[in-house]
Amino acid sequence: MKNVIGTIVLVLIHLLASGQDLLDELDKVAKPKKAFAAATFKSTRIINGHSVETIARNHLDFRIAHRFGMLNDGAYNFFGLDQATMRMSFEYGVTDKLMLGFGRSTSQKAFDYFAKYKIVRQSSANGGIPVSITAFGAIDAISLNTSPQFKFYNNMERLTYVGQLLIARKFGERLSMQLSPTFIHRNKVETSADPNDIFALGLGGRIKISKRTSFNAEYFYRLPFSLEKGLQPNPAYHNSLSLGFDIETGGHVFQLHFTNSPGMIERQFITQTEGQWGKGDVHYGFNISRTFSFDKKKKYEK
Amino acid sequence: MKNKLWFLIFCLCSGAAFSQQNQWICKKGETGFFSETVIENISAQNKNVVSIIDIAKREIAVRMNLTDFKFQNHLMEEHFNENYVESEKYPVSIFKGKIQEEIDWGRNGTYDISARGALSLHGVTKDMLLKGKVSISNGQIVLLSNMDIVLKEFNIEVPSLLITKVSEVITVKNKMIYVQK
Repeated sequence: MKNVIGTIVLVLIHLLASGQDLLDELDKVAKPKKAFAAATFKSTRIINGHSVETIARNHLDFRIAHRFGMLNDGAYNFFGLDQATMRMSFEYGVTDKLMLGFGRSTSQKAFDYFAKYKIVRQSSANGGIPVSITAFGAIDAISLNTSPQFKFYNNMERLTYVGQLLIARKFGERLSMQLSPTFIHRNKVETSADPNDIFALGLGGRIKISKRTSFNAEYFYRLPFSLEKGLQPNPAYHNSLSLGFDIETGGHVFQLHFTNSPGMIERQFITQTEGQWGKGDVHYGFNISRTFSFDKKKKYEK
Repeated sequence: MKNKLWFLIFCLCSGAAFSQQNQWICKKGETGFFSETVIENISAQNKNVVSIIDIAKREIAVRMNLTDFKFQNHLMEEHFNENYVESEKYPVSIFKGKIQEEIDWGRNGTYDISARGALSLHGVTKDMLLKGKVSISNGQIVLLSNMDIVLKEFNIEVPSLLITKVSEVITVKNKMIYVQK
């Protein structure tokens, strides 16, 4: 009797072993893949400030951004839409981690150049990293003619340097948050009460409303100290707050937003925001981004 | 008694060995698709597809990571993963089917082949027909196959704004080279 049971058990085991599913065999062969968090943000900008995203290798991002006048300009100025400042830029992915960009703003006739590098990427696999970290550096130059109000004695005085560390985490499919410690050094400031160096902390995030749209928010807090003793960030300027939506359609990303900062480069929106939300000094604006691929290798024929 | 047991164990081992011999495996299969519309052509390829054919049971299984699809335009790749196949939620696609033709796997030559079975993609499992040609030459099986995928049937939405950019039926082409396991 015992033997019979033993045999049956053995036969069953055998059946189980040989009836082993082909799919299980495949699971053994398939290599586990390290999954990086993809698309923490839809664009290289949250609103004004940079996000942890960079442009892919051999891809060119052509961006056009507008900020209109203030909503409290009244009906005569069509609530700000009669005037606009603009920034146009070409931004290129040198590798999947490094991107370079060049832009020109109508405001202050500023040229800006930046580099952005992905240091680490958030990954879910065992021993993964909980956040993505990207480093950002930029130089901008005011190309306005020197004037009695704001004199430039040499070209160095026109420059501003920006360094930022962008630290972001994608919490599941819908929510992403970012912290952006920022340091800005201006070679020349408007008044002697203004410090040359400004430290700021940016906080940004997005919540996806649908597959193709998300709600974004961003705030830059200027820290109340400076490297120069006794100086604080100029109280005539305010912290930048922006709210907006990202809408993607194929190769485009549209970003529509409201912000109290008309400037689109770090120095302008972090250190020189004049408007206040409480007073209705709110600008409507948008960014349009169109990406082109120059990656010939990855083109497949039918 | 003891002899019987040993005999059984022997049977088991040989059985296992035998079933191993019937399995042919492909570790770097290629799967690609091409979406053609008036406005935009989109193509992508996945070169890390794994597949097994069991010639005794006439079964075939294919498995791929959707994030392994490479597009020429990176933004399309991102949208493919994020909005179309939602690869964070449904990371793999699997096909398991029964080969319908009687094929003499021992003889070199090229044969028509078809397999009927279940394809899982985007959280939906559907009965599908895989059609193609199989070439057998010494120690190698090459399978070229096609499958037409109607996006709607797998709950893959294409927003109406984009229908002109993404075709609604996608032909997926596979190339697998199998060697004996």
